[in-house]
Amino acid sequence: MSKENTAIKKRRPLTNQRPFLVLLAPYLLFFFVFTILPVLSSIVLSFTDFNMVTINNFVGFDNYIRLFLEDDIFTIALKNTLIYALVSGPVGFILSFVIAWFINELSRAVRTVVTFIVYSPALTGNVFVIWTYIFSSDSRGFANDFLMKLGIVSDPIEWLSNTDYSFGIVMLVIIWMSFGTGFLSFCAGFKSLDRTYFEAAAIDGLKNRWQELYYVTFPQMGPQLLFGAVMSISSAFAVGNVNQVLTGNPSTNYSTHTILLHMTDYATVRFEMGYASAIAVVLFGMMLLFYVVVHKVLSKFSD
Amino acid sequence: MEKMSFWRRVRFNHNSKKTVLLSRSKAGNFGVFLFLLLICAFMALPMVYSIIQSLKPIDEIFLYPPRFYVKNPTFENFVQVIGLAASLWVPFTRYLFNSLFITIVTTAVYLIIAAMAGYSLAKGKFRGREAIAQTVTLTLLFRAEVTAIPAYFIVAKLGMIDTYWALLLPPLAGSLGVFLIRQTVTVSIPDETLEAARIDGASEYRIFSKIVIPGIKPALLTTIIFTFQSMWNSAGTSQYIFSEALKELPTVLSTIAAGGIARQGAASAVSVIVMIPPIIVFLISQSSVMETMSHSGMK
Repeated sequence: MSKENTAIKKRRPLTNQRPFLVLLAPYLLFFFVFTILPVLSSIVLSFTDFNMVTINNFVGFDNYIRLFLEDDIFTIALKNTLIYALVSGPVGFILSFVIAWFINELSRAVRTVVTFIVYSPALTGNVFVIWTYIFSSDSRGFANDFLMKLGIVSDPIEWLSNTDYSFGIVMLVIIWMSFGTGFLSFCAGFKSLDRTYFEAAAIDGLKNRWQELYYVTFPQMGPQLLFGAVMSISSAFAVGNVNQVLTGNPSTNYSTHTILLHMTDYATVRFEMGYASAIAVVLFGMMLLFYVVVHKVLSKFSD
Repeated sequence: MEKMSFWRRVRFNHNSKKTVLLSRSKAGNFGVFLFLLLICAFMALPMVYSIIQSLKPIDEIFLYPPRFYVKNPTFENFVQVIGLAASLWVPFTRYLFNSLFITIVTTAVYLIIAAMAGYSLAKGKFRGREAIAQTVTLTLLFRAEVTAIPAYFIVAKLGMIDTYWALLLPPLAGSLGVFLIRQTVTVSIPDETLEAARIDGASEYRIFSKIVIPGIKPALLTTIIFTFQSMWNSAGTSQYIFSEALKELPTVLSTIAAGGIARQGAASAVSVIVMIPPIIVFLISQSSVMETMSHSGMK
């Protein structure tokens, strides 16, 4: 309302918008070419049999039909990706929030150290490779040695090639890596909470810290929670790299195969770009779907 | 001097001696302490493990039964890495150059274009601004790994496969930096300041370089950190590069590490070397990052 008033009062012509467009142009060019165009072209290409060599033909929904009805390995990849995403996404998100909540009450020095330790896996990227030594299959591996000393197992376990264990270990490592930008956002969010709300609520008779969390903290943290959720979705559905390094590609019986690995396989090994595009479209669609759902749920909290 | 303590000593005592915040029982405090301790142990395990392994002499690495700690720490694994690096087919300096060149150029260019775009999307009044800003925000969902394959065709079409361009240009489309800069400009550069400068006759470009840039330094630093981090950590995972001469430092270090069981010590040394740059960069700029992340919320 006040905005309109000042606009009427000043009656100044709108500032020239050209400089803003000039400033935006370089980024917009790259954004369009390397993000928007790939997404749009993968939608178009998913209806063709494009393979980068012969002329592409329009094949209708053939790629999608093949994907869901004939490609058994895709079914495995889809199932695995969904399990990874639906477990590691929420677990990473909730743990990030809980840890950020707890460390907000610590003294400054301790808080800095804990933040660094929790964020370090996301920070250092490739260090997850060390898990392969921790879970190495011989009795010198850290995990095997530990369990054998405790007498829980008698023979070393082949953690990464035995399909009973490999899926869970990859999950563990993915969760271990899930304290990234979203976690930092939560930590920063807790630091900048408005104290007066807490005091007012305490005087109004909050009974315990859970009530405080629910009635005072959540509504204020809404925007950070949404950001954290977006970052969680973006990493939870992009699983593949960790799986490939830990269990190889393809893994034993495709036990840790994911949509991303399936797509990479068809695009860079077999050059079936049309088919790979259909896989990409399914992945994009899933991420957007989850975003819409999470957005709905979280906006209920903050309003 | 203030005594070091684990808990924040006084919580929210707003101009009064009485703490109004609800407190937790002793058992609750202990529970939180234990939880954080376990989390930290789990999170730090691989890092600690790799540092210890990298300092073990060969006989301790192959000791049976294995020992977690190191008795006679040595740097011989690091020396071995340097020796192996020197004997590579492509000179080691080439990989080092590639890494530095690609990381520095991309980070610098991205910083500039992201700052310009972030300001424009925060303060511009042109048509379509909101739609573009929303689209950029939405694409935070799609990480580089996910768009790399759909972009493969574009990169190929532009003739960039197996060239430096394929490493330099695609990261410039990233949306996190633009998003964070836009949020920060919205919060920390008031419209009145810009309006006053315009009345004084400053051009938009002058306003951008003299008012906006100095006003959002933490966000710019954060953008540098995140871009550097993702460039460093994704080095070697590119699907667009095949030539050995275009590969980067982390790739060749992992190649050295992949030399089988005899290289276990070297492998640990490599992971220690590779994790040092991002850690240093983060620790230096930690407070700027936290300040910027407090603007990261989205509606």
